[in-house]
Amino acid sequence: MTDRREALATMFSAKGSKVNTNRGDVYYDNLMTEMTTRLTELENTPVAHKVSIDEVLDAEGLTRRDFMKWASAACAMLMLPPVFTPTIMKAAELMNRVPVIWLELQDCAGNSEAILRSDAPTIDELILETISLEFNETLMAAAGHAADEHLEEAMHTFKGKYLCVVEGAIPLAMNGLYGTIGAHAETFEEHLIRVAKDSAAIVAVGTCATFGGVPAAAPNPTNAVGVQDVIKNKPIINIPACPANPANITGTILHYVLTGQVPELDHLNRPKFAFGYRIHDNCERRAHFDAGEFVEEWGDKGAEHNFCLYKMGCKGPMTFNNCSIVKYNSGTSWPIGAGHGCIGCSEPQFWDKFAQERPMADTHFKAPTGGVEKTVDEFGLGLLTAAGIGIGIHAVGSVVAGKKGEENE
Amino acid sequence: MPLVVLLQVKKGKRMSKKHIIVDPITRIEGHLRIEAVIDENNIITDAYASSTMFRGIETILQGRDPRDAGLLSMRICGVCTGTHYQRSIEAVEHAFNVDVPKNARIVRNLIQGALYIHDHVVHFYHLHALDWVDITSALKADPKLAAAEALNWTDTPHGAGEGDLRTIQERVGKFVKQGRLGIFSNAYWGNKHYKLSPEQNLIAVAHYLQALDMQRDMSKMMAIFGGKMPHPQSLVVGGVTCVQDIKNPARIAQFKSLLNKANNFVKNAYLVDVLMAGTVYADEALDGTGAGLKNYMSFGDFRLNDNGFYNSELLFPKGVVLDGDLSKLHPLDQTKITEDVSHAWYEGKDDKGLHPYVGETIPKYTGLEKKADGYSYLKTEEKYSWIKSPLYDDTRMEVGPLARIAVGLAAGDERISKYATEFLAKLGNKLGLGKAAPASVIFSTVGRTAARAIETELMGDVMMEWVDELAANVANGDLSTWTEFDFDTVAKDARGFGMAEAPRGGLGHWVVIKDGKIENYQAVVPSTWNAAPRDYKGRLGAYESSLVGTKVADPEQPLEILRTVHSFDPCIACAVHIVDTKGRELSSFKVNTSCAV
Repeated sequence: MTDRREALATMFSAKGSKVNTNRGDVYYDNLMTEMTTRLTELENTPVAHKVSIDEVLDAEGLTRRDFMKWASAACAMLMLPPVFTPTIMKAAELMNRVPVIWLELQDCAGNSEAILRSDAPTIDELILETISLEFNETLMAAAGHAADEHLEEAMHTFKGKYLCVVEGAIPLAMNGLYGTIGAHAETFEEHLIRVAKDSAAIVAVGTCATFGGVPAAAPNPTNAVGVQDVIKNKPIINIPACPANPANITGTILHYVLTGQVPELDHLNRPKFAFGYRIHDNCERRAHFDAGEFVEEWGDKGAEHNFCLYKMGCKGPMTFNNCSIVKYNSGTSWPIGAGHGCIGCSEPQFWDKFAQERPMADTHFKAPTGGVEKTVDEFGLGLLTAAGIGIGIHAVGSVVAGKKGEENE
Repeated sequence: MPLVVLLQVKKGKRMSKKHIIVDPITRIEGHLRIEAVIDENNIITDAYASSTMFRGIETILQGRDPRDAGLLSMRICGVCTGTHYQRSIEAVEHAFNVDVPKNARIVRNLIQGALYIHDHVVHFYHLHALDWVDITSALKADPKLAAAEALNWTDTPHGAGEGDLRTIQERVGKFVKQGRLGIFSNAYWGNKHYKLSPEQNLIAVAHYLQALDMQRDMSKMMAIFGGKMPHPQSLVVGGVTCVQDIKNPARIAQFKSLLNKANNFVKNAYLVDVLMAGTVYADEALDGTGAGLKNYMSFGDFRLNDNGFYNSELLFPKGVVLDGDLSKLHPLDQTKITEDVSHAWYEGKDDKGLHPYVGETIPKYTGLEKKADGYSYLKTEEKYSWIKSPLYDDTRMEVGPLARIAVGLAAGDERISKYATEFLAKLGNKLGLGKAAPASVIFSTVGRTAARAIETELMGDVMMEWVDELAANVANGDLSTWTEFDFDTVAKDARGFGMAEAPRGGLGHWVVIKDGKIENYQAVVPSTWNAAPRDYKGRLGAYESSLVGTKVADPEQPLEILRTVHSFDPCIACAVHIVDTKGRELSSFKVNTSCAV
């Protein structure tokens, strides 16, 4: 038993799953120089039209101090040393120089809705107000031809400078005709290619735009894919989750303002500042996992005592995202906080692999793609597979050892 | 610079008609196209609604474990988030014959109620208001007069003091002066069908911005019991999972405090602004502009006691009102629902179609027609939308807040009658009628918008009672949140439906389960009823029929089309779906289309 514990501990603290937050002075000095140059450049660009942060702060009755607090929190979130706080503030002041064109394809508008609820601190919303949001179908006043005309104008005016944010998947079956837009009935694929062409970079938000998401779940009736399967010649940042946490969307845009570059990404093109964390490692119920205390069925005593949800199908051990740290709706809660397991929504093909209310080993359901076992192999992360099995063993072990929740009342 | 696509269509010898395409319809969920034909007097004589996006979620659900269906089917829509989740879980509970404990019933009511409040406020201010409110006109207002104007509509206006309004006007002024309007660019500003005074516009713009902030707090209500919003995650077949939130008095208090704040905004901003707009646009309410079908249907929702889902007393009664006759309530019978595909891109016969349990549908995309002017047009004589045409007893129906209020009035429901009557009395007073405005004013575009506000106020008040009921039940020692069932036994061969009300109207999920897996799944959603194309008899859908007869001030700025379509609160991704009981892979279809894109 002890050996297994140690093996697990090693597995969970393996270097591969960590983000390097201490890269040495030379690295940070260089980064600072790079960011300062970038911000000076931005400051001198002619596209600053809108209200400044100071005016927004005034209007909202917020102090410079509130703003500094926010900047310092944002700094920590981006995994930068505190010395970068003033740079972040400067960047926020310059966010209105980065125009954003937000496309909706095969989507449910969940990410647009999420960004409306932009997380704590409240000032995030103000920041969004001061970025130059040029096009977003859910919020924009214009419709029809007037909307398309404005899109053209914005793409022309900000050629090579705008961020193209994409929400929703792209259906490729039937020559893309499962989704069309505009008076010319342009397919979503054509629409994306047209708008992506002159963008500086693409931010794919939500799991549909990143990995195909819901429409791409087996049997993927419309042959839906994510942005990275359509656009090959642009920097793409993936911010998955269903919906993406607005804090991560803001963080990514901020990073772009700071450096003019995409943030450091993992092997799935997700920013490490947000997806360098495994849910399980930072879970508030982790102590119960370690103690072998599990919810065994919904509404039992274990549930009343906030025990670990692994046996109820929690996929926290297989999922990388910062939900357990940032939470949702201004830190109000998150799924595990509400007593339900994680469904792995920031991972590719999670609908077929993870979104079941049972541990992977017990699931009745075999994905039509060829079964859970196969998909775990395909996942390509040996560490995770091993961790998953390890946890399974641990969970079974806890029952054998008689450590069921009921005993701990 | 043309703002809409105009095509001169010669029909007959003398008539000169214009054909308008509005695509995309923005400020909605999903992808919607409206085409309208306008005569020489700028009256809409024909209208066509088409959904231009398809995902196939029901096909995806087949073969999955029914206990997981709720999470996936919730992703039908991120706006009415949580509604599909609950309907799907209720359908499975109905199939398994499992009822939920009292705590779970109340928590679900609170989560859904929170959605109504959040959704209706966001709809009115952020998706709909700009059809009534001209932002640019607000800049001409005198903030002092505007503050006085606000007091004309209520004694306790929300955030509309002279100082508030001056600050907001200055902020918007700077924004406009600096040249880029961002999401407010290129709208139909200055159109003469914007009728509010500059002062009234300023009040509404102030509330638009304040609502952006308010809705964030409103969304926290759902997150308290749901874990997050959009896409909460605390419902399971048999109950709810948020035990720690219901047993924590601080959580309950936080919910009440947020609800209080929301109710203040609803009563002192939302409802008042709707009354103000309703008064200014009263002509259009009184003459029934945008009324459309006048057949209303409500599935009923929000259980008030624990007598089982389809036996409990309900906050919103179920039933059908035909031809605007509020004196007669027809009972609802779910077996009378069918889905007609004669004008939708699916294969099927030219008849009223099949009941959702047995629906068999195969996509048959026939595309749009590219004309010489370079634009693509709907082939309206044949199939032209991914949305099917559901029928109730072979009749076209409208669903939504207006339908709920109409059915509530016809049913003589005390609570609904009280809130509706209060609003009509205030409106009558403002219009100087010397009595309440007639109930028939709700059969209009304005009325549809007012009905939504009326039920938001009702919901906020009744939710206060529910929170107390929950707290009292927990205080009595009842922590039960889940009903146990033996999955292997109940999931062998079962079928069930979850039929209730989403914010946008009647929503039904039908599920057939065999050997622990989903064999067939179908959702018939509010926007399927409302946004549907013509049916096999050529009868118009609710959007289509509400547009016909409307006068457009300027065909290059079809503001009136947006106004009426938005009054339904379209949610199009919801509406598009398909059942394919044969499990065929739709992606393998090769469809020859004349559409050149």
